[in-house]
Amino acid sequence: MDDTTRYERLRDRFQNGDISRRKFFGLLGAAGAAYGLQTPFAKYANAQTASQVRFDGWGGIVSEAFRKHAFDPYTAKTGVKVVDGTFPGGDEYLALVRASKEGEYNIAHLSGVFDYARYHSFGLASELNLDNIPNMKLVMPALTNAFSSVTPGSLSAVPYDYGTTGLAYNRKYISDEEMKEKGAKILIDAAYKGKIGGWSDWRTRIWYGALQTDQDPNNITDIEAVWNAVRAHRDLALKYWASGAELMSLLAEEEIYVTEAWSGRIYALQEQGHDIGYYDPPNGFGWQECLFVLKGSPMAACEELLNFMLDPVTSIAVAEGQNYPPALDPSKVDLGTKIPTLPAFDATGTLSGLTFANPGYWNGNEAKWSETFSRVQRGY
Amino acid sequence: MSIEAREARQPWILLAPALTAIFLLLIVPLLFIVVYSFWLRSAVGADTPGFFLDNWKAALTDRFYRDILLNTLKISAITTIACALLGYPAAYFIARSQGNKMILLIMLMLPFWISYIIRTMSWINILGVSGALNSVLMSLGIVSEPIQMLYNETTVILGLTHFLLPFMVLNIFVSLDGIDTSLEDAATSLGATRWQAFLQVTLPLSLPGLAAGGLLCFVLGAGTYITPVVLGGPRDAMFANLVFEAIIRQLNWPLGSALSLLLLMVLGVLVAIYNRYLGMAQLAKGLG
Repeated sequence: MDDTTRYERLRDRFQNGDISRRKFFGLLGAAGAAYGLQTPFAKYANAQTASQVRFDGWGGIVSEAFRKHAFDPYTAKTGVKVVDGTFPGGDEYLALVRASKEGEYNIAHLSGVFDYARYHSFGLASELNLDNIPNMKLVMPALTNAFSSVTPGSLSAVPYDYGTTGLAYNRKYISDEEMKEKGAKILIDAAYKGKIGGWSDWRTRIWYGALQTDQDPNNITDIEAVWNAVRAHRDLALKYWASGAELMSLLAEEEIYVTEAWSGRIYALQEQGHDIGYYDPPNGFGWQECLFVLKGSPMAACEELLNFMLDPVTSIAVAEGQNYPPALDPSKVDLGTKIPTLPAFDATGTLSGLTFANPGYWNGNEAKWSETFSRVQRGY
Repeated sequence: MSIEAREARQPWILLAPALTAIFLLLIVPLLFIVVYSFWLRSAVGADTPGFFLDNWKAALTDRFYRDILLNTLKISAITTIACALLGYPAAYFIARSQGNKMILLIMLMLPFWISYIIRTMSWINILGVSGALNSVLMSLGIVSEPIQMLYNETTVILGLTHFLLPFMVLNIFVSLDGIDTSLEDAATSLGATRWQAFLQVTLPLSLPGLAAGGLLCFVLGAGTYITPVVLGGPRDAMFANLVFEAIIRQLNWPLGSALSLLLLMVLGVLVAIYNRYLGMAQLAKGLG
């Protein structure tokens, strides 16, 4: 962030009544004193000014939307280049970050509060200065509170969007009525053997195993029953998909008729003209995504990018591009005409209709369940 | 310094850059993996350093890992045999062709210019429900509904064969190309049929190339993990997939290190046996 922007923000805060006249002039005076006291060597500090920020996300249409509507305009405005990489899943990315040097990776588009908690557990989190991200006030409190509950008093990420992992089905073979009637159990319906898919993610498999055995995914009482459901699904499934692109290809090519799926990807398929239905069963898997700043990142540049991305113009454009509703509060921001039609959109801004994974519960079982899933997947 | 001493030092001086690179990029990381394999995984947070045998005990005694390892060796063996059966005639044809040998060799090398993942994924467009093969079968009226051909162990072997075949052909070709063709002529002039001349003269002389190609295909095949991910079904996995899952999905680097070392040791034993009976010279020629 340059000094002009910093001053303009300070002035905005003063004019909005957020800070007193005394504090405003005090800060101005401090800035002047700091300028007067700097030595001739201060110019060499420019070498530390971030000329680029590394951003990693989910690839496919999501990355395209970020690139087109956020990164390119941001670079044009600030001159700071955004290098964007992709990852197929949060686990893979976490492994990469753990193996890297501090500062090598900067911002990640992470999914779920459990990921937010995991990064903190591994000591990979930064601490944001929210004063530098004024657009945070436009974000739904329900999303911010979920992260604040993990790190009271500070944040390492800003909420950005949300969605669900519901059920996608080919309407040529499965009617809307049948889908509603069978719900999650359609994934273990022998009638569709060889035409069922599923995400290779252990959390999703267990979540849906819980739904198939009529259990609360955030309080599973009979895990053996869940494993049996996972086994039943495994034996009926043609393929475990590993990326959004693979999911879309399997459905579009009619290799599979039904699978659980990411809401935004299915909306994209529908936009392309495929007759694919999407249904969120009761207790379907809701998730919120955030822009997480990793420890060792150039904080000023990252905070400026986050603020830019939370700007309603940017945020709405990205949401419409990636087909996931933005984190902006619909009661504070007019979200236009497309976003209210997106799957999982909550017009109330409370997100009370979605079920999110309890981070403590899922992270506490991660070690055992992820390892057991690997065995169950292979026939054990 | 005497001339003898200087001559004795010269190879080491010339080898020094390569040896340094190998030490820093292969031996040192391998040592890290060895050390890591004795640590313990922590569910969240840093792993526990120390000397624990838990990961090795699991890797060596757990039936799950043993079964997947044996299945990996089985898939690699089948792939190697398939490569040998398909590769030998092709290599023979190239070695015996007159004039256009270079063009054929370039065509053989062409797949290396395309990403392995892209080559593997191409089978989805060939064998998929709406792929080329099903389209042809349906348009010819041979089948009324598309046949489900993808996502099973057979397609994994097919993908591996596609990937490894050029390695086999090149090794056999190098061996065949070095055989004097007049030996076959001499055999036929002494009364052998062409087939007998091939079986009793050419084939035995080309066996080192076949063995080198076989070793290369087997080792590369046993270490792959992309092919089962792209072309396999939910159950299909090779040992490298378990290493990937332990390290990436489960964040269990200590166990993943032990598993990767186990695979390395199994394949190392096979290479050692090969080296004991056939030597590495032929392999170097094939790769060269």
